Amino acid sequence: MDISSEKLDNYDLVKMEGRIDSNTATELREVFSTITDAGRLKIVFDMGGVDYISSSGVWVLLDTQKTCKKRNRGELRIANVNENIVYTLDLAGLKHFIQIFESVEAAGEGF
Amino acid sequence: MQTINFPAQFSSLASIADAVQRAARSAGLSERSAYAVQLAVDEACSNIIEHGYEGRTDGEIEFRSETLKDGLRIVLRDQGLAFDPTQAPEPDFSVPLEKLQVRGAGVVMMQRAVDELRFRSLPGGINELTLVKRAP
Repeated sequence: MDISSEKLDNYDLVKMEGRIDSNTATELREVFSTITDAGRLKIVFDMGGVDYISSSGVWVLLDTQKTCKKRNRGELRIANVNENIVYTLDLAGLKHFIQIFESVEAAGEGF
Repeated sequence: MQTINFPAQFSSLASIADAVQRAARSAGLSERSAYAVQLAVDEACSNIIEHGYEGRTDGEIEFRSETLKDGLRIVLRDQGLAFDPTQAPEPDFSVPLEKLQVRGAGVVMMQRAVDELRFRSLPGGINELTLVKRAP
């Protein structure tokens, strides 16, 4: 499992490879928290390398989304999301809380 | 049929996922069905590890898989605190984001991902959770 983050002009880009489960979700949460604690609330999460997400991972995404969207200051967007992950979000009835984009470029537009 | 004992620790989840994938392939499940079973088993095991054994490091999860005529059966046994996911109340996700509590999402996902989910308590303090996914 590999996570990286990069501060770009208009948003922070977080990329991850591997599984997001109860074992790895904590580290992902820390990466997002470091960014939002610094007051940066526009984040694109490139999930191109993520092949699995459990409810722990979904929880991290939505907690981060809550922080970003407070007072309409920002947003967490996800990109390059494989069909199984979309299925997971849909299965839980939580897909409507996060925008899903075909690419990082598309996600970054309008930020 | 395969039976494997895993340490009840989060670090076991990837290995458990591999065991599910192997079982799903043997049972001829589609890729989506295999993923669904993986999700349900992962959620169940995460609950056992976190809530059943409450952070104890010496617990175990017994994983048994069996190819059925029409799908796959997985049976998980543990000796932690009993938790019956079939009885968990359905959380309300129709609220605005600021009121959202994602707790309970895992159980919802587990219930919806498989075709049958059964819990029973066995003598000796053993909890048994059975998950069945029909092919394809």
